[in-house]
Amino acid sequence: MKGIIFFLIGIFFGITMTKSEAISWFRIYEMFRFESFHMYGIIGTAVVIGAISMTLLKIFKVKVAGGGLVTYTPLPLNIKRHLISGTIFGLGWALVGACPGPMFVLAGNGYFFIIVVIAGAVFGTYAYGMVRDKLPH
Amino acid sequence: MLDDLIYPSWHWSISGLAIAFILFLLTMAGRSFGVSTTFKNICGLAGAGKKNEFFKFDYKEDSWRLFFIGGAIVGGFIAGVIFPNPFAVSLDSDTIFALEKLGIVYPTADSLGHGFFPDAYFRWDSLNAWIIALAGGFLVGFGSRYADGCTSGHAITGLSHFQLPSLLTVIGFFIGGLLMTHFLLPYIL
Repeated sequence: MKGIIFFLIGIFFGITMTKSEAISWFRIYEMFRFESFHMYGIIGTAVVIGAISMTLLKIFKVKVAGGGLVTYTPLPLNIKRHLISGTIFGLGWALVGACPGPMFVLAGNGYFFIIVVIAGAVFGTYAYGMVRDKLPH
Repeated sequence: MLDDLIYPSWHWSISGLAIAFILFLLTMAGRSFGVSTTFKNICGLAGAGKKNEFFKFDYKEDSWRLFFIGGAIVGGFIAGVIFPNPFAVSLDSDTIFALEKLGIVYPTADSLGHGFFPDAYFRWDSLNAWIIALAGGFLVGFGSRYADGCTSGHAITGLSHFQLPSLLTVIGFFIGGLLMTHFLLPYIL
């Protein structure tokens, strides 16, 4: 039954990604050319409001589902890893013009060729799992 | 009147607020907002967990994500097919001009007319399109798993928790994105 809740939040996410135009390949191209404030406005607003709400949840020790508090398990700081992995992701993001969330939402919008991109992402994830022991973390 | 609310795209501030609300809802539901782990779950469901512990699909911890992604696809259908914005994304004129130089005519490069995806370029019968889609997807999948998160996990969730690793990762996103957009894309497309 809990699945229904996540399904509904997912629907809201799909609608938001579409109506925000964040799923647009063209918007991503425009963003990396710094020719519009649109995407920066979206991410900036989300982070500012998100940071305020997460901080309030922590200050007031609000209990979440399952009875726990809001926590975040930090990644061990490894500057090289963060920059390299981020750069690899960014190269792909600007090429296919979609990050993981929008890939699925684009499929719902009727752009079925995006399934090839999703398949590529699954291969990439699999490849990482196979070589992760050899990479700096 | 109601149509003016349902069909058009949203202002960036409304969109940002909505994303923050999704972060809030998933947090309250005891989950961490991050989409790229879905790819790992797909590997796990396909059986990769048998050979490699990393891909193991844990029903208790991972199944919510499949419901979420199913919803995201349905949400895309609702917002883009049932209640589509009648106007294409309004891009900056400099962007449209730059696209033209790459051989992508806007907005006709999107056959559905929304300005969401250049499917005139990304066609089923184009070998180039397959290579680029697979390679680009590969980079996104590999990069996000190595980074342990994508735009939702790092740029939204991580930054909302004031995480330095997430900030560095997002800087990486931009290093890669700027390199691709300004130096590589003109040779690739």
